[in-house]
Amino acid sequence: MTIRWKEYSTHGLHDELMRGGGRPRDAARFLCQYLRKLSDEDLQERKAASELAMRVMGITFTVYSEKGGSIDRVWPFDIIPRVIAKSEWDVIEEGLKQRVQALNMFIDDIYHEQRIVKDGVFPADILAGSKNFREQCVGVNPPLGVWAHICGSDLVRDKNGAMYVLEDNLRVPSGVSYMLENRQVMKRIFPELFQAAGILPVDDYPSQLYDTLASISPRPMAQPEVVVLTPGIYNSAYFEHSYLAQQMGAELVEGGDLVVGDDDCVYMRAVEGLIRVDVIYRRIDDMFLDPEAFDPASMLGVRGLMRAWKKGNVALANAPGAGVADDKVVYAYVPKMIRYYLDQDAIIPNVETYLCSEKKERDYVLANLGKLVVKPANESGGYGMLVGPHSSKKECEQFAKLIRKNPRNYIAQPMLTLSTAPTMVGNHVEPRHLDLRPFILSGQQSYVTMGGLTRVALKKGSIVVNSSQGGGSKDTWIVDGV
Amino acid sequence: MLSRVAENIYWMARYIERAENSARLINVTTNLALDLPKKVAFDWHALIDITGYGEKYQERYGAADERNVVRFLIGDTANPGSVLSSLDNARENARTIRDIIPREAWEQINHLNLRCKNDIQAGLSQRGRYDYLRWIILGAQTITGMLAGTMNHDAGYDFLRMGRNLERADMTTRIIDVRSANLFTEKPAELSTYDNIQWMSVLKSLTGYQMYRRAMQVRVRRPDVLKFLFKDKTFPRSFIHTIGEVESCLQHLPRNDAPLRLVAQLQRVINDAAPEKLAKDELHAFIDELQVHLAKLGGEITATYFSVAAPSEVVKS
Repeated sequence: MTIRWKEYSTHGLHDELMRGGGRPRDAARFLCQYLRKLSDEDLQERKAASELAMRVMGITFTVYSEKGGSIDRVWPFDIIPRVIAKSEWDVIEEGLKQRVQALNMFIDDIYHEQRIVKDGVFPADILAGSKNFREQCVGVNPPLGVWAHICGSDLVRDKNGAMYVLEDNLRVPSGVSYMLENRQVMKRIFPELFQAAGILPVDDYPSQLYDTLASISPRPMAQPEVVVLTPGIYNSAYFEHSYLAQQMGAELVEGGDLVVGDDDCVYMRAVEGLIRVDVIYRRIDDMFLDPEAFDPASMLGVRGLMRAWKKGNVALANAPGAGVADDKVVYAYVPKMIRYYLDQDAIIPNVETYLCSEKKERDYVLANLGKLVVKPANESGGYGMLVGPHSSKKECEQFAKLIRKNPRNYIAQPMLTLSTAPTMVGNHVEPRHLDLRPFILSGQQSYVTMGGLTRVALKKGSIVVNSSQGGGSKDTWIVDGV
Repeated sequence: MLSRVAENIYWMARYIERAENSARLINVTTNLALDLPKKVAFDWHALIDITGYGEKYQERYGAADERNVVRFLIGDTANPGSVLSSLDNARENARTIRDIIPREAWEQINHLNLRCKNDIQAGLSQRGRYDYLRWIILGAQTITGMLAGTMNHDAGYDFLRMGRNLERADMTTRIIDVRSANLFTEKPAELSTYDNIQWMSVLKSLTGYQMYRRAMQVRVRRPDVLKFLFKDKTFPRSFIHTIGEVESCLQHLPRNDAPLRLVAQLQRVINDAAPEKLAKDELHAFIDELQVHLAKLGGEITATYFSVAAPSEVVKS
């Protein structure tokens, strides 16, 4: 008898599976009862089987090593899934669709009339200081008016169980392939659970993605030429690029495979000769897309790509410039955007955010640095942050200087104690903090993944879930009928 | 199909075939060495010569003894032709085209590569070697079978088959070339009985012994073996067969004029030749000629399908 739920303590925090006192939540009851019946050997066997499956399936991410070359690492996977009831998920799904619709309207507005600025809802100086605003995109009309076709929004719960959006990734969000693969692995190692537990499938994401991309093709046809543009095999997310291309039946191309002709159309170099490309799902940052329009030193991009895009000869997903809304200062305005464009209240709230650009809020931040988390506006992956409660006085003072020098570049949020879920540690389970990244597709229609990628901080007490910093992942179950 | 992808498929197939052929070669040679009388010095260097990496070996190990030769051919990653290097290269090529090859095949390539590394000590030991190499041959055959049975037989598959068969043609000629020289440093009269064994080992390196008996229905003799290995149309590792495979692939592909012309030339050379009548030196010269043709054909395939189209070639619509 290995897992004794009675001995599992939630430490007064919200736990995804357990209510405390050894009682599982309704949606997790079936799972917890099942797990309790497994012996030590059973659990170890499943764990070993999951690791083997990961290795054999080649599910890896790439880390660079100093001694030349790169290493493929298997991303740690925890066999205990995170469970959410379908009834709760339905609300979250609505909230995400609402949010992404408003974000797309915002981006389109920003590159056209800027009504939201003129109407005084969004400050002009914040736009002026935006690192991801692209002059080159002003006045461009992408198909359907959609800029962010693929969005990955990070959701967290606080210790009381309320769900918040922590950030929206509108540039090249990654992780969806792990969501899909985690499910494959779980089905291999717990087939009996899937027969009985009412777990909703996640597998249709690739075909939904293809439909979304096909819907923005400049040439209306049943099977437009869709390609996935990757920086190459040394990119940390290469596995995902390849995986999605394979699942969609699309070509996986690198910059060197594409060429823009004198007719401003994009072609790929093929054994048949040159073939016209309609839609590019690009997994390269804006700045490397086209050496002619952006960084002239970029080796990854395609010369003339922006020209072809502006003329409407090729569709890019996400559209260049979509990152203007992927900024932690802009984030703070999303609830206002939802009200402004849709005349609705935000279904999923933001985490309370203090803008250092506003004097009153800045003063509060400077006076309370020890309690807050300070983040730069345009970094991802957890870089350049100050976690007040875990920092020295000297570090706080340094950040105070940085904030005074460039207030536009910083926001602060209260330190959240993320919710937890039982996670295997040796032969027993302990609570570990986690978040959730669902993916939202926008084209002719919008679509939200059934659940998303759950990332878990494997170190005791840690709230950092990034793969590069000791994070792992779990399968995410949306369970119907509970 | 993307040129870059076609090229990767082609090389993936070549490297898998190379790993398999090397494994066969080492296994059969080891077997042969066990059958020889004690006083005969077995020339392990001949094995290195087949692979064409003699200088590299010299540089790393000097004299050729069994232990070092086997290490060099199986597990030395400094040898670009070793089994391990070949599987590494096959995996690296497969990695960039995971969206093209069926997932099960990728898993198998990955698995073969990992196991080959993990069990390398067994492969280097005299006792474990046979099973280790047999497992690699089986693994490579499994990949070939999986690809044949699950991959679309489209242009990509044609490049795969072309890579495999060109590599096979290359290896078949190399094996004949070196084996027909000699494996024994000196040859006392009483050793002439081992001549047959040697030709048998040539056949066995190519898993051709059984098929030879079926097709030729004669005992193992040099002229018949040569005829069989160069000109038998039914044996999948004979030179003429492999070139026929390349031809049939090219016929499915666009823009195939130039490479098909070279195939026709090569077929003419082999049809006009009577390798069974060639003396030792003549045979060596003949094989050299074939190698030059193979290199030209490989070069033409690269130029036609893999080399990047210049911007000036961009079409106008």
